[in-house]
Amino acid sequence: MKISQINRRNFLKVSALTGGGLMLEMTLPSALVAQELGTLIGSKELNVYVQIASDGTITIYSANAEMGQGIKTSLPMIIAEEMGAKWEDVVVLQAPIDSSKFGLQGAGGSTTIPRSFDLMRKMGASAREMLVGAASESMEVKRQDLQAIDSRVVHISGQSLSFGELAALAVRQPVPDPENLSFKDPRSYTIIGTSVGSVDNLVIATGKSQFGIDVDVPDMKYASYTRCPRVGGVALSFNEAEIKSLAGIRDAFIVAPDDSAGEATMSFLKGLAVLRGGIAIVGDDTWSVFDAKSKLAVKWDDSNASDDDWPEMIAEAKRIAKKDGGEIRLDNASVADALANADNSTIESFYQFPYVAHVCMEPMNCTASYRKGSGAEPDAMDIWVPSQFPAQVKEIAENMLGIKQENVNVTGTRMGGGFGRRAVHDFAAEAMVISHRVGMPVKLTWTRTDDIHNDFFRAGGFENMKAAVDANGKLQAWDQHYIGFAHKGKPVIGSGLQGNELSMTALSNARVTQSMMPVNTPCGAWRAPGSNTNAFVEQSFIHELSHLAGRDHLEFLLEMMGERRWISEGNVNALNTGRAIDVIKLAAEKADWGKTMPKGSAQGLSFYFCHAAHVAEIAEVSVDADQNFHVDKVTVVVDVGPIINMSGAMNQVQGSVIDGLSTMAMQQITMKKGVIQQDNFDSYPVMRIAATPEVDVHFIQSDNKPTGLGEPALPPLAPAVTNAIFAATGVRIRSMPLSDEGFNLV
Amino acid sequence: MSKYTLEINGEKTDVDASPEMPLLWVLRDKLKLTGTKFGCGIAQCGACTVHINGVAMRSCVLPVSAVSGPVTTIEGLAGNDGLHPLQSAWIEHDVPQCGYCQAGQIMSAAALLSTNSQPNDDEIDKAMAGNYCRCGTYIRVRKAIHSAALFYNADTSADQGLVEGVGE
Repeated sequence: MKISQINRRNFLKVSALTGGGLMLEMTLPSALVAQELGTLIGSKELNVYVQIASDGTITIYSANAEMGQGIKTSLPMIIAEEMGAKWEDVVVLQAPIDSSKFGLQGAGGSTTIPRSFDLMRKMGASAREMLVGAASESMEVKRQDLQAIDSRVVHISGQSLSFGELAALAVRQPVPDPENLSFKDPRSYTIIGTSVGSVDNLVIATGKSQFGIDVDVPDMKYASYTRCPRVGGVALSFNEAEIKSLAGIRDAFIVAPDDSAGEATMSFLKGLAVLRGGIAIVGDDTWSVFDAKSKLAVKWDDSNASDDDWPEMIAEAKRIAKKDGGEIRLDNASVADALANADNSTIESFYQFPYVAHVCMEPMNCTASYRKGSGAEPDAMDIWVPSQFPAQVKEIAENMLGIKQENVNVTGTRMGGGFGRRAVHDFAAEAMVISHRVGMPVKLTWTRTDDIHNDFFRAGGFENMKAAVDANGKLQAWDQHYIGFAHKGKPVIGSGLQGNELSMTALSNARVTQSMMPVNTPCGAWRAPGSNTNAFVEQSFIHELSHLAGRDHLEFLLEMMGERRWISEGNVNALNTGRAIDVIKLAAEKADWGKTMPKGSAQGLSFYFCHAAHVAEIAEVSVDADQNFHVDKVTVVVDVGPIINMSGAMNQVQGSVIDGLSTMAMQQITMKKGVIQQDNFDSYPVMRIAATPEVDVHFIQSDNKPTGLGEPALPPLAPAVTNAIFAATGVRIRSMPLSDEGFNLV
Repeated sequence: MSKYTLEINGEKTDVDASPEMPLLWVLRDKLKLTGTKFGCGIAQCGACTVHINGVAMRSCVLPVSAVSGPVTTIEGLAGNDGLHPLQSAWIEHDVPQCGYCQAGQIMSAAALLSTNSQPNDDEIDKAMAGNYCRCGTYIRVRKAIHSAALFYNADTSADQGLVEGVGE
């Protein structure tokens, strides 16, 4: 390698720190990569993401965690597009966890696409330039007369060479300067924007896909873990002799709580999570350790445990709502005067939303293999973890067990769902401590009850809403009091207004206040944190106001958007009322808003902006005399900029609608004296197939930067449904789940 | 511990297990057939669905001692035929999101098609009512079953000699 290229490599390493992993260095595959590649050894690596074998197979690494959001397919699509590859020639492999090569290998907040789009384009374009350079050398023609199309580099004369033929020569080409790369005109895209099936569909459909729970390591033992039903309780003793005497049980012991693993900050980039104390049982198979767990008799010290009680929280929130007050977040007009003005019509509504669990289909699990060092060999740990941010497990191992991060090998497995739950790693801390104690590889699997009781829940909360409209039906005052939850004085993730709400951005006559109540039950990120509950309140209340004003909901909502403007020019995380108006109008057109519906059926409208996405939804709902309701159809219009994978995008929107419906209709977690009252799917149900609505999805592929779609189609669903129920029945639902309000999803 | 001889995916297999151990854990931990998934342990979610004598059963609540016939898991669904029509349809319709529940979905759907090769939406909803999908892939599950039914019928008819001149 020439000196100049080594300098470029150094330069690129620096860029990696700012650019999220940009490295075009020509390293040989590491031993781990080579092992995974198997028959691909001998391939040529054009950069850390792209290798081409002489038979033409193009291997593209997907660096980020796959939990069903489709990133393992969509990121390589971007690279393949810029390379000029034919998708059929591409083999996608999950990259090993290595932040020096791949930067932040995580997934959360619908940020993977916006964080990675430019980087993926650069990786593809760089590989393409090296192939073109190789072809130019080989054919002895000018670079500018060459084009990469369908895995070939084609000269204007028609002469061409395949990527496979060029692979050996391409790898010796200089690495292009990433700042001088040019990109394809989106109009010439052949992969981006098409429908591509997920790269793992075959292994999934044949039962061969390996999730975390499927990991099998030689000499592995199985473990269960039991925590105090009340958060903060500590195990004093248990029926150790009896448990150890059970068939298939090797060991059972108390694990002390340990907060050195790192505080659970619940930020999606820093979800370390403390180790909660409990009883570990190790045995020969999962069933034996589950069965032994069910026979545990534990004496807990719960003198410092959680006292959280949901009915008490509701009562307290209602008391708080009666008083004005709380922290003032926004006070931009004489709201009090407008509310007191007798010429205005006023309204006051109290909204409530419950705690909910993630219930990923794959219960939490982790496999850890501790190896004690001897002599020059340091202590080491191998970990297989289904995690949204697998590299964080290294930090836990170092903080908790003193194993240096460079001696912690992490494999991030496919996840059976994430939804924000797998951004925290309490279960991984448990697996590591158990393996460390017994000195053997151990797979820890949680029961479904463990999974529900020990979740980091979506926080429940309340909003007390007041407003005034004048005689012309114009909004004169919006007074919003958010009553949420804080732990140790800090609002838990998703509790409180996030700053993207209409009241916080687009209204000129709003007051927003916030009060927090203490909570000890762990809370965390749950698909579209904050937005998934506030959308329900905000968009239901706007419908209440349009009704109060005697105006059409669509017309009233559009008027609230005001002039077409970008609240913060150039900031994709700021509302753009023009884009909002466009998605709302298109949804109305596609759903034929205002059409005549049969008795008992009606439409409901909503809009929400979050995760850099503008989404409008119209639900058509039928309600019978017994308040059984069926959602017949949901029309969804989404502006997330250009779509990478149309099939994946459709899947995310359909899934978000169904998840939103399932949650609002029937799910809630309640606490009594600190104990979670729901134990399994019999008391915490998930929507079944019969209730599935038709979902009609439309994308406005604006020229905005592409962004993620794992979350933003979920928040508008709940208010669209409750607004439709109001239109059909005259009953206004201000509390979720609907099953508690006497409405039964069918 | 007791000894059991099970017929799994067409092969006789001996296992040592406690009589109460659910078939799910015999498959997963003892026989390393991990395509069958653990979801709830109380027969609510269907992730553990297998066939026994061709009937869809929840293996998480079925003690190994109560297994009364040949067992088919997702790994053996297609036999030696490559892919079952449902597996092909699942790929064609890009059904999976996280993918965890999908083996159970396919096993329930296969049991349905074996007794009703032209199910309507209501019949699909009834047969699939035991299978949760937390990601919400139900729309594509229905589509894929309808599309597999077409192939299934074609295959069945061909086997029975009812269709002549196929491929001409």
